[in-house]
Amino acid sequence: MAQKPRWGELEEEDDGGDYDYLLPPKQVIGPDEHGLKKIIEYKFNDEGNRVKITTTTRVRKLANARLSKRAVERRSWPKFGDAVQEDVGARLTMVSTEEIIFERPRAPGTKAEDSNASGDPLAQMSKGGAVLMVCRTCGKKGDHWTSKCPYKDLAQPTESFSENPNPSDSSATGATGATKGAYVPPTMRAGAVRTTAGADMRRRNDENSVRVNNLSEDTREPDLLELFRPFGNVSRVYVAMDQKTGMSRGFGFVNFVRREEGERAIAKLNGYGYDNLILSVEWAAPRAN
Amino acid sequence: MRPILMKGHERPLTFLKYNRDGDLLFSCAKDHTPTVWFADNGERLGTYRGHNGAVWCCDVSRDSTRLITGSADQSAKLWDVQTGTQLFTFNFDSPARAVDFSVGDKLAVITTDPFMGLTSAIHVKRISSDPADQVGESVLVLKGPQGRINRAVWGPLNKTIISAGEDAVVRIWDTETGKLLQENDKDIGHKKTITSLAKSTDGSHFLTGSLDKSAKLWDSRSLTLIKTYVTERPVNAVAMSPLLNHVVLGGGQDASAVTTTDHRAGKFEAKFYDKVLQEEIGGVKGHFGPINALAFNPDGKSFSSGGEDGYVRLHHFDPDYFKIPSI
Repeated sequence: MAQKPRWGELEEEDDGGDYDYLLPPKQVIGPDEHGLKKIIEYKFNDEGNRVKITTTTRVRKLANARLSKRAVERRSWPKFGDAVQEDVGARLTMVSTEEIIFERPRAPGTKAEDSNASGDPLAQMSKGGAVLMVCRTCGKKGDHWTSKCPYKDLAQPTESFSENPNPSDSSATGATGATKGAYVPPTMRAGAVRTTAGADMRRRNDENSVRVNNLSEDTREPDLLELFRPFGNVSRVYVAMDQKTGMSRGFGFVNFVRREEGERAIAKLNGYGYDNLILSVEWAAPRAN
Repeated sequence: MRPILMKGHERPLTFLKYNRDGDLLFSCAKDHTPTVWFADNGERLGTYRGHNGAVWCCDVSRDSTRLITGSADQSAKLWDVQTGTQLFTFNFDSPARAVDFSVGDKLAVITTDPFMGLTSAIHVKRISSDPADQVGESVLVLKGPQGRINRAVWGPLNKTIISAGEDAVVRIWDTETGKLLQENDKDIGHKKTITSLAKSTDGSHFLTGSLDKSAKLWDSRSLTLIKTYVTERPVNAVAMSPLLNHVVLGGGQDASAVTTTDHRAGKFEAKFYDKVLQEEIGGVKGHFGPINALAFNPDGKSFSSGGEDGYVRLHHFDPDYFKIPSI
């Protein structure tokens, strides 16, 4: 029952507030070389107990603030042209909601290993044991990886469909096998130049996709990227957000360029404690449409 | 990194330019108003109203007081950067394409397109420090190349003008006599239209991008081919990092084919190459159409790209970017 406090109690609470001078002063540590700043504060909680509150924040500097005198002057220039009567809701300048990764064609530090693989792939295969290199575009075994396929522009997409009986992925097979009356998108028509382009679309997102469950609410894409990058070349990170509340929904996806990298990440990070929660990491199930 | 998206233009972007201090970013688009933005947070500072056609190119003076723009309305205009007022209009008989201030900002080169029987031309104009004394007469007019001249810039010490365009030939002209000094070798040159040209910070070499899906690095004095960067899509825009040995290529398929393919298949990323090794080192995705314009901040810590989709995307690099090993 929420009752209005009596004047006597109010007085007492005021007294409680006066004890603040007994607390140690607020401490600010950092930011250190990693940009981590720690603020330590002391407070009395509702029960009158002393609590220590430590807040750790990351300070990120985007651009160097070293500006010339002229540039500082220009900063205060009045707006002109169409920028004068810009309404607040115009939102001409927005920060992207999507984290864009500087995509490296090779994972950092794997340069030597990679060139070995392309130099003598068969030797690499026998050494690696389970690694079987089959190009998904042209079907050649042990010659090159799918991403390096020299025939990728020439290849017909048919093989990739036959090995993939999942109906959700076969929009193109449906189109070619459909009756005459059905609409066939220009890229799927006979004689279209880019026959492989359409087929690639869906698979890109599903390829080597790892689902991460039980993320803490304040985990964002950059954090996830940092966590998964050591395992290999990450091509996409995504954290599911609630459209209405803007809060994290507690799961996300990480795509790797190579499947082994994903396997390594799953082996290492499944059950890993992250932000006081235990992560569960698994291969993402193909999207069911 | 989280890029800053700037949606100030209603039509495809055509050109991007930073001022020397790197605090202002000028953008040109096929809509008629060039726009200036603060290059750190992407806030719009102002627009330059007055053109009546697509604006193809712009350049800003070294002290960031004057802006010159070339437009399809058959004019090039001089602007006051701070207030957006028009100072002077150079009128031509055909659309103006490329503009470039000389070292010292005393001269400007303006190219005009072939139009209604007229051939393309390169005009050199004197730029007076007081706009009241400005005259429209050309100091020099260079003619000869067939087809559009997409880009013309000043060579070292203003002694030469480097031009490139539809005929896929890079030419060096003498600015004193107006004579053609050099033409690149047909065998080593581009095979298709040269769309873009970017000078290095010191002007010693420059980079050309072409629809033949390659970009080439040339020496500014001898016109020797230094490097070739091969990619898998037509190159619409090129930029060179002033800080690291990186070059950036932007492009994508033709605008006419965009609607029938997925944006991931369109190869609309900005591709980073090692300048020396000619190897691809990375890509930055994001645009929903081909990239038409690229520019590096003079400090080398951010770059911006402008696309057919009408967006300018301003990228501040993550610390990781600077750790990419190079020689």
